[in-house]
Amino acid sequence: MSAALETPAARPFMAAQGAAVLVILAIACLLVPAYASAWTIEAILLPFLAFSLAGLGLNLLTGYAGQVSLGSAAFMAVGAYAAYNFQLRLDLPLPLTFLFAALTAAAVGVIFGLPSLRLKGFYLAVSTLAAQFFIQWLFNKFGWFSNYSPSGVISAPVLGFAGITFDTRESRYLLALSVVVVITFLVHRFVNGPARINLIAVRDNETAARVIGVPVLRTKLTAFALSSAIIGIAGVLWSFTYLRTIEPEGFNLDRSFQILFIAIIGGLATVRGAFLGAGLIVVFPLLLSRGSAWILDGGLDAGTVQLTQRIILGATIIIFLILEPNGLSAILDRITARTRSLFAKITRGRA
Amino acid sequence: MTGLALTEPALLPERRAVAPQTVSAATRSQVQPVQGTRLRLEGISLAFGGIRALKDVSFDIREGEIRAVIGPNGAGKSSLVNVISGLYRADRGVITHGGESFAHVPPARLPGLGVARTFQNLALFPGLTVAQNIASGLVFRRKRGLFAQLLSLPKARAETRETEARIREIAGFLGLSEHLPRLVSTLPYGLQKQVELARALIAGPRLLLLDEPMAGLTGAEKTAMAAHIRAVRDRLGLSVILIEHDIGVVMGLSDRIVVLDHGEVIADGSPDEVRRDPEVIRAYLGQDAAGATSGAEAA
Amino acid sequence: MDWFEFLFAVEVAVGGLLSGVMYALVAIGFVLIYKTSGVLNFAQGAMVLFAALTFVSLVEREVPFALALVVTLVIMGLLGLAIERTVLRPLANRSPMTLFMATLGLAWVIEGGAQLIWGTQVHALDLGISNAPFEIGGIYISNFDLVAAAIALALVIVLTSFFRFTRTGLSFRAVADDTFAAIAIGLRLNRIQAAVWTAAGVVALVAGLLWGARLGVQFSLSLVVLKALPVLVLGGFDSIAGAIVAGLLIGASEKLAEVYIGPFVGGGIEGWFAYVVALAVLLIRPQGLFGHKITERF
Repeated sequence: MSAALETPAARPFMAAQGAAVLVILAIACLLVPAYASAWTIEAILLPFLAFSLAGLGLNLLTGYAGQVSLGSAAFMAVGAYAAYNFQLRLDLPLPLTFLFAALTAAAVGVIFGLPSLRLKGFYLAVSTLAAQFFIQWLFNKFGWFSNYSPSGVISAPVLGFAGITFDTRESRYLLALSVVVVITFLVHRFVNGPARINLIAVRDNETAARVIGVPVLRTKLTAFALSSAIIGIAGVLWSFTYLRTIEPEGFNLDRSFQILFIAIIGGLATVRGAFLGAGLIVVFPLLLSRGSAWILDGGLDAGTVQLTQRIILGATIIIFLILEPNGLSAILDRITARTRSLFAKITRGRA
Repeated sequence: MTGLALTEPALLPERRAVAPQTVSAATRSQVQPVQGTRLRLEGISLAFGGIRALKDVSFDIREGEIRAVIGPNGAGKSSLVNVISGLYRADRGVITHGGESFAHVPPARLPGLGVARTFQNLALFPGLTVAQNIASGLVFRRKRGLFAQLLSLPKARAETRETEARIREIAGFLGLSEHLPRLVSTLPYGLQKQVELARALIAGPRLLLLDEPMAGLTGAEKTAMAAHIRAVRDRLGLSVILIEHDIGVVMGLSDRIVVLDHGEVIADGSPDEVRRDPEVIRAYLGQDAAGATSGAEAA
Repeated sequence: MDWFEFLFAVEVAVGGLLSGVMYALVAIGFVLIYKTSGVLNFAQGAMVLFAALTFVSLVEREVPFALALVVTLVIMGLLGLAIERTVLRPLANRSPMTLFMATLGLAWVIEGGAQLIWGTQVHALDLGISNAPFEIGGIYISNFDLVAAAIALALVIVLTSFFRFTRTGLSFRAVADDTFAAIAIGLRLNRIQAAVWTAAGVVALVAGLLWGARLGVQFSLSLVVLKALPVLVLGGFDSIAGAIVAGLLIGASEKLAEVYIGPFVGGGIEGWFAYVVALAVLLIRPQGLFGHKITERF
């Protein structure tokens, strides 16, 4: 896309941003597998990648297309169970497993997105809870989905493709990383391409969009399909690379809220917001439990830490909505701008 | 589909100016069974609950005509625009766009019928730039699917280039060129109104519905907007329905005026006829009738 | 269907209707706030939990029943005021969806706070209402459910007459109908908002006590919102009458479905059945059963 239709916010820092992304990617691909501790990968990076992808998927729907969903975790579950069953029953190669899991989640997403054609706002948000409860119930009640595992908890099989098995920690990490990178790139292109107009038009003023001929219904359903597909893949990463088990309880309403909070705290309608939000959601509880251990000598019991986390996270949401509705992404923007002007001052001073 | 001829790429303002007659004549012969009538309303009635917003409203708009609809607050002006653009469903009556008659026009079909509108309280998309807002008026015509766009296939790229050329042209015409990359929400109100006009014009409509285009504008901006409306009609040859509150503007600008009061047409004619109509003076100007009439005569 | 099966169906339906009243009770807390603030207050369930936990903990600490009730009432009022001050006022003039998301965060804060203060263990709550079923014409009705429904109805009547006949209530209605006009005629919006949040706190307390006596006072009490939401959607967010009718409808259909459809699909459908009913109705009537028809201005 050339100049006239681009989003201005994306342009001034384009070069710097591109460079920053490359540096982060280089670190993530080369340094992390070689030097990161087992704990860093298992407890931080793997959940971070899955959460980022889920946040990205929801952001497409809520941030860009303006349709609030409270059922994200259900679509993660659909992706995870679909991948498990495609592997188990059809023995599909890995890329096809991902693709089919995404397509299954997209199809389910479209079905539960249908109410959005008639309902708006709160009514829609509430109706997405139907997906949350129905899908969780479905996987709980019907043993077929979990291959009649007596406990209901499946251990996810090791993924493999073209002679590579993703059994080590590092290989699982690299698999998750590459999936996230590819999808993020596609989403970035999608939301900065012509589709941006359709999405934002529907979000900002549905009536005007309809009158000028933006295909409102198609835009909404596309958003539901793509968002659910991406969240479904996030579910695959969550179950196969991070937890390596699958159970319906892992995809409950709290998980859905977590994903929504990632999108809000990170910054709605931004791609990097999902990553910033996911980083916060993953790192913050670790900091809190370590910090309390350090300050209170011996630390609080696990239950108290968990409740405190809940309170602080809930308060963080409120504070962000009040003080910085554009989320961490906007804060990062300000920091970048300030650093730049500082840097410019220093170089000018030297010259 | 009768709307087909209307969705031909709209001629650009400059080129259109050369031969507006021939073009509209061609269009007419293809899709107009009724010679020279762009829109016809017959017996439109609409009620909300017990309140009758429109009672048996009938009038027509000719090709290339600026047609004002005036009336005091609550006369049903906005309801009328919303019925024409399909946002409200009339309880009774027929709307004929070009050659096609409807009991209710599906809003999504409006661009295909060559109808574009603006809104009383701006209906722009604050999250988009000026250029993107204008481009949204062309979305309905986009042929390349989203995935072709995503992969940046050559045809999709050509389509984008074409769109951009059109945006520059229309922006130049309305004095918006320098603002194209800005977020529309950062523009002053008057310019936002222009952006909305640009968005309505970019697809080259045959009928433009302007719902209070002057509302909230300063004196100078009103003059500019009036000039734009006239230029649009003169150079593009399209028909304009002008819903207005400001009588002064309407008198100078329109060819014919419909006056609504309590949802009924109480007068219909040239500005001169309407200005002299005692019914209009009573309904529209109320107690101050005498003074305001002399004012209107003077203007 | 023979006579006994019929009686059984009636019994199920009556049980459903009675629990429907309890759903309606929670839903009314939402309606009160929605009507004045335009917010779907997701934290209503957390308030129910907070109220019940506070009350039961006071009683367990040997505070007399009546005093505990008064103290909890005061605390709920203060909580409502605090929410109005710290969350709603700074977010005034923001989109309803933003406010909704803020109440999601608020729900986490209140849930976490309630359990941090009073602990996470399950408390039994005995309101002194007998739970023995009694028989009318061959059907058994739970005494507790009947009393609970009666209390809920009484509360609804009190609230309705408050809003219909008192000065404060009337000004509340004025705000609900037209915020700008209400400001223009000099109604003090903040005070009214505070009053409404307090009222919502009272409703939460009553709901918390009744539900708490039924299910035990524990975290899952905050999940009664999930039961109330379909009721709300079905009845229309702004209608108290709608909440009651929808509550009855959903309570009865849910119980009947659980008994007659449940066995064929493995049971446990009450978690989502209400949503399906609500969605089905909404697809036909998007404004709900009693909500105002949405007429947008353009």
